[in-house]
Amino acid sequence: MSLTLKVWRQKNKDSEGSLETYALEGISPDMSFLEMFDVLNEQLIHENKEPIAFDHDCREGICGSCSMHINGRPHGPLTGVATCQLHMRSFSDGDTIVVEPWRAVAFPVMKDLVVDRSSFDRIISAGGFVSVNTGNARDANSLPVPKENADEAFMAAACIGCGACVAACKNASAMLFTSAKISQLALLPQGQAERKLRAEKMVAQMDSEGFGACTNTGACSAECPKEISMENIARMNREYLGAKLTSSRV
Amino acid sequence: MSWLTQTLSSSIGKKLIMALTGLFLCTFLIVHMIGNLQLFKSDEGLAFNTYTVFMTTNPFIKTISYGLYAFILIHAFDGLYLAYINQKARAKKYAKVNNQSTWASRNMGILGTVLLVYLVVHMGDFWYEYKFGHLPFKEYTIDLSEGTIIDTRQMPDGFMLNSKIEERLSDDNKSKTVIVKDLYQEAESSFANPLLVLFYILGMAAVSFHLVHGFRSAWQTLGANHPKYNPLFNFLGVWLFAIIIPIAFAAMPVYFFLKQL
Repeated sequence: MSLTLKVWRQKNKDSEGSLETYALEGISPDMSFLEMFDVLNEQLIHENKEPIAFDHDCREGICGSCSMHINGRPHGPLTGVATCQLHMRSFSDGDTIVVEPWRAVAFPVMKDLVVDRSSFDRIISAGGFVSVNTGNARDANSLPVPKENADEAFMAAACIGCGACVAACKNASAMLFTSAKISQLALLPQGQAERKLRAEKMVAQMDSEGFGACTNTGACSAECPKEISMENIARMNREYLGAKLTSSRV
Repeated sequence: MSWLTQTLSSSIGKKLIMALTGLFLCTFLIVHMIGNLQLFKSDEGLAFNTYTVFMTTNPFIKTISYGLYAFILIHAFDGLYLAYINQKARAKKYAKVNNQSTWASRNMGILGTVLLVYLVVHMGDFWYEYKFGHLPFKEYTIDLSEGTIIDTRQMPDGFMLNSKIEERLSDDNKSKTVIVKDLYQEAESSFANPLLVLFYILGMAAVSFHLVHGFRSAWQTLGANHPKYNPLFNFLGVWLFAIIIPIAFAAMPVYFFLKQL
């Protein structure tokens, strides 16, 4: 395959950046999108040019590192797939592919396609955990969890924190991410102790990071590589408003 | 900051305000549409004009209408503020965007602004005219045994009543006369203007697109996303609020325009 790539190049956080055009020849349709980028970077290194910086780690769709906005869509044209699991067979010979970083004030571009997603980490640090004294694992039967709850919690927990929801949202809202993290614990018995505090603190942190508010367009869920449902946002709204109305913190 | 202001100024709190005021405005639309259907009665406006008196004098309705004005303003300004915050959350835009969401859901701010302009014009046309303008009065004479209108008469210019309506029984108790401000005639004369009719139709198109997303979205914001109730929200959002109500409202100016051709 021959391709024309238009890739966002930006030297560092403070520089302006622009789209640069690259021509690529001999790309196999069986390559993953990131492997195609590896080939392009080899080519750039041979030409004594700066290779393109992009985030990647597991390359099997579970780490949430890859973050490319491909032809106007986070993670490209497929649904339920992260950039690393996207293959060149999803494109045609002669295509022009525009690749940009996630765009959000809360995700500043560090270099080329790499954005700083530590705002997500701070949302998690605000309450996306359970405080449990470690020791022997309890007998599983002493803590019954209905199958339905376990499934729903698992579906929320499938979130890999890649930020595609923020990238897809016209408001750069982090509500799908935050709601998945609140949901996975709200649905399970282990999450009950800190349930109200968690919802209050995580939403407050999310707001302070400069993400927009949800308009319920559903773009987040449509682009999520783990197909996290909008039901989680409704649950977060219930959790947050319920916590605000009933918690003992004034 | 108290917990309440903290809640209402959070992103979810601002959305809660949008949802609650928006749903209230939806219920208002139902009442407003049902009441205005009386415009289609061929009684030269008697039913509509007496209904208007009821709507502007009944203390319960009056209280709710002040709430309504407040809610419209809160909904508009909270919405504009949210749109501003949301705009700010993405300073640098994408070079290429391939949207996977509906047009209406992405353009609620623009649709809402169109509706705000529409409301100013609409209230100027009728609410202001009724309250502060000099609408003519009309006299209806009704046969009480048959319930039919025997005679109508436009009161002369400058005729005034101390109240908005005056009813009088005839001496033989067989008929009564009703003198009332003629808002019906105001609608009739306003909608002789095809440009205004077009403006109203566009306004109702904006209502349709605003509510096809807005009604469903309000419930989602309130946390009601449930397989048992979603079909009802979707059905009402599409059929009642995006189809029946806008078409019924748009039919009113069209009806008056065609009647006068």
